Amino acid sequence: MMDVIAESKTRVLQGRDERRNQTIPSQSPEERDRLVHAFHPDYKKEEYHRIRIGPNAGERTVREVAELLESDSSLPDNLDLTPQYRVDVLVVGGGGAGATAALTAKAQGAEVLLVTKLRLGDSNTVMAQGGMQVAITENDSPVTHFFDTLRGGHHKNDPKLLKVLVEEGPMAAQWLIQLGVLFDRDENGNLKTKKGGGSTQPRLLTCSDYTGLEIMRVLKDEVLNRQIPVLEFSPVVELLSDADGTCTGAVLKNMDNGQLIVVAAQSVILATGGSGRLHIEGFPTSNHYGATGDALVLAYRLGARLSHMDTFQYHPTGSVYPEQLAGALVTEGIRSDGGHLVNQDGRRFINELDTRDVVAAAIIRECAEGRGVKTPAGRVGVWLDVPMIDLLIGEGSIAKRFPAMVRQFQRYGMDIREEPVLVYPTLHYQNGGVAIDVDGQSQVKGLFVAGEASGGLHGRNRLMGNSLLDLIVFGKRAGVAAAQRAKEARVRKLTLTHVTRFRGELEKNNIKPARVAPIILPDYVRREEAPPPRPSRSLINQTPYRISPRSD
Amino acid sequence: MTERVNESTIGAHGRIITVEIMGRPYSVPEGLTMLRAMWYTGHEVVRGAGCLGGFCGACAVTYRTRDDVRLRNGLACQTVVVDGMSFFLNFSYYPNRKALYDLDQLSDPKQDLFKIYPEATLCRNCNACTEACPQGIDVRDGVWKSVFGDFEKVSEMFMDCVMCGQCIPVCIADIAPNHVALYASRVQGARLTLPPENLSKRVGEIQSGKYDREWKRILSMSEEDLKVASQPSK
Ligand SMILES: Cc1cc2nc3c(=O)[nH]c(=O)nc-3n(C[C@H](O)[C@H](O)[C@H](O)COP(=O)(O)OP(=O)(O)OC[C@H]3O[C@@H](n4cnc5c(N)ncnc54)[C@H](O)[C@@H]3O)c2cc1C
Ligand code: SF4
Ligand code: SF4
Ligand code: FES
Repeated sequence: MMDVIAESKTRVLQGRDERRNQTIPSQSPEERDRLVHAFHPDYKKEEYHRIRIGPNAGERTVREVAELLESDSSLPDNLDLTPQYRVDVLVVGGGGAGATAALTAKAQGAEVLLVTKLRLGDSNTVMAQGGMQVAITENDSPVTHFFDTLRGGHHKNDPKLLKVLVEEGPMAAQWLIQLGVLFDRDENGNLKTKKGGGSTQPRLLTCSDYTGLEIMRVLKDEVLNRQIPVLEFSPVVELLSDADGTCTGAVLKNMDNGQLIVVAAQSVILATGGSGRLHIEGFPTSNHYGATGDALVLAYRLGARLSHMDTFQYHPTGSVYPEQLAGALVTEGIRSDGGHLVNQDGRRFINELDTRDVVAAAIIRECAEGRGVKTPAGRVGVWLDVPMIDLLIGEGSIAKRFPAMVRQFQRYGMDIREEPVLVYPTLHYQNGGVAIDVDGQSQVKGLFVAGEASGGLHGRNRLMGNSLLDLIVFGKRAGVAAAQRAKEARVRKLTLTHVTRFRGELEKNNIKPARVAPIILPDYVRREEAPPPRPSRSLINQTPYRISPRSD
Repeated sequence: MTERVNESTIGAHGRIITVEIMGRPYSVPEGLTMLRAMWYTGHEVVRGAGCLGGFCGACAVTYRTRDDVRLRNGLACQTVVVDGMSFFLNFSYYPNRKALYDLDQLSDPKQDLFKIYPEATLCRNCNACTEACPQGIDVRDGVWKSVFGDFEKVSEMFMDCVMCGQCIPVCIADIAPNHVALYASRVQGARLTLPPENLSKRVGEIQSGKYDREWKRILSMSEEDLKVASQPSK
């Protein structure tokens, strides 16, 4: 088995000179369509189900999301809803969007409470490596950014949201810099830009390959500096509403002791991120532990419409070897800087900088048609020729530009500066989400949504680097609007009427919920009985003292 | 309901080995990361897991391997178990002091370090912080560089810092080195680096309404017109 890999790897090395001068044209719109329809997981009919109840009834989505939307609540209808907290703005989710919204609402004078599932900052944001798109170069403009994104999203993006994103992008970058985020600079002190897949101009701002970590580290520190109260390990398990269906607060669960906490709020901002941990279509994922799509079900039960729930982003280059890194991301930056995708025969097969859906479909095609490489654990993938980067732009570039990647593989004894890596698409991003307007407001009054949890902006395929920008731009907008709304403070009722109604709908439609949701954490605990531990003297806490006999 | 992908066995291959989790021995297949070994042996993991990708520091772990006296620190989502290893998730929830400051209000940020983190000057060079760091950062050197005002270098050195906090409890001078470094890095970015000209220029253009007419035209287009307009000119 290893020999087959080694042999194929040799072909990667041998083909370098030839590949170097080869240009692979971008696909025509028709070719892209054909490729994506034939091989992209979004078009696998048998994985799709019709949603039976709620605002999106009649639309199609993947089985995992359908089960989520048609799930049961974990709460009894008659729960005591006396609030322990009363705040202006309740921010739900401690990733980039949540932190940004909380800081913004606080700066507007609102009393803010931030609650999150894990620790503040444990999120998808912290893992973003590739960068953030902002149109700042001479040849670029917000308008070009707009059209690139629209093309990437198959023209299904909401143009109004998109205009806000690209136009407020530079101000968002400025805000981050004022908070101390250190984007990479060129010799003249200008921001360095890199070209991302599907973009006609270089516009990715980076902090080497730690862009998300750097942004999150700073935002988190600022949340603490501004003394915004934070409740960790306290996910929202249900929203609250009044008789008109306005959102009036939420119920949280203290994950340490199981106790429920009731919060009354004038505005609620859901910034709970994506849904990779649903493992849609059985895919491994690049997402963090808490990415279980909670906003989708919370908002849906309260009557908010979702948009584009039939499309997900599979990042073309998830790692498949070593096995421990299965599903982990190999950043797109590698392809931006010239890393080639190469099949088992040593050939390139797609323009590496086409949009993600197209590149992912092409990799799946290569593997489905027998031009992939099998790993010892039985996965398949194609080569990503990382060392090509040092050959193209100079010795040491990989180490300098991708320290996180180098470290990650080094932990398993692989040196990506020297050897290519094996990749296959991994479940990465929720293209759609809760539909919002330019203020981040959902269809439900008082309920705002920001970041990956929201939908409409990215159309049917998010362009790389647009998500980090999304969560700053719309995190801010939601923060402002939510704080504004709180100024008209009214005392509103806290009820679970919408849950009772939703349960009625389920029953009327004869739906037996497949699960209770929000899911909170994926269930990875192995239930089979573990083999009994071998009796052994080797256990280190039991190493006996050896007292050597005195020799004198 | 178990997920279609079960993380608890990813990486497992053949040989069964013995590991100790919080002092209790378990048999697990070789090849699992520590976190997966915990799921594999039936542990519900709530605290102690975050990004699962080596970036957030939630899975700070302390471990020892057989025949090695040294207690080591690591990240449980990134460290593969070996036979005879003993580990526990240490959660890294130290109630250390994090100074509160307003970056805009600092008068002399390099000097202000001594007010904000006065203990930083008390480093006794024991190097325990560096040895504790799972990211291989020369933490001790970072503390000194902060004290001597080389904030630029500190910001570069600590770009890899996942804020796992494992350098905090080992410090005999009561310093939280990661927080000292974060202060230095933020100051470097916010106060000691000139604003980038290309960005300022673009912000100016947008605020002066340079694109407004074009936006008006674009936002009045139909989906079909937008499609045509978005084809890149060769
Ligand atoms: C590996 C990886 C690399 C990426 N690289 C890039 C990149 O280079 N450029 C780019 O633009 N985008 C990138 N993305 C996408 C981008 O990082 C995310 O889409 C974005 O960070 C999402 O931000 P968010 O704040 O909306 O969600 P998150 O950052 O995921 O934060 C959501 C938070 O909400 C919490 N939460 C979830 N449910 C609940 C609940 N019920 N109650 C309370 N809290 C809850 C979560 O625990 C988490 O803290 C990447 C994503 C991944 C996974
Ligand atoms: S410097 Fe401290 S907090 Fe940062 S990674 Fe190293 S040990 Fe963890
Ligand atoms: S642990 Fe504390 S005293 Fe020791 S070198 Fe690090 S900072 Fe200095
Ligand atoms: S879980 Fe984030 S570093 Fe391990």
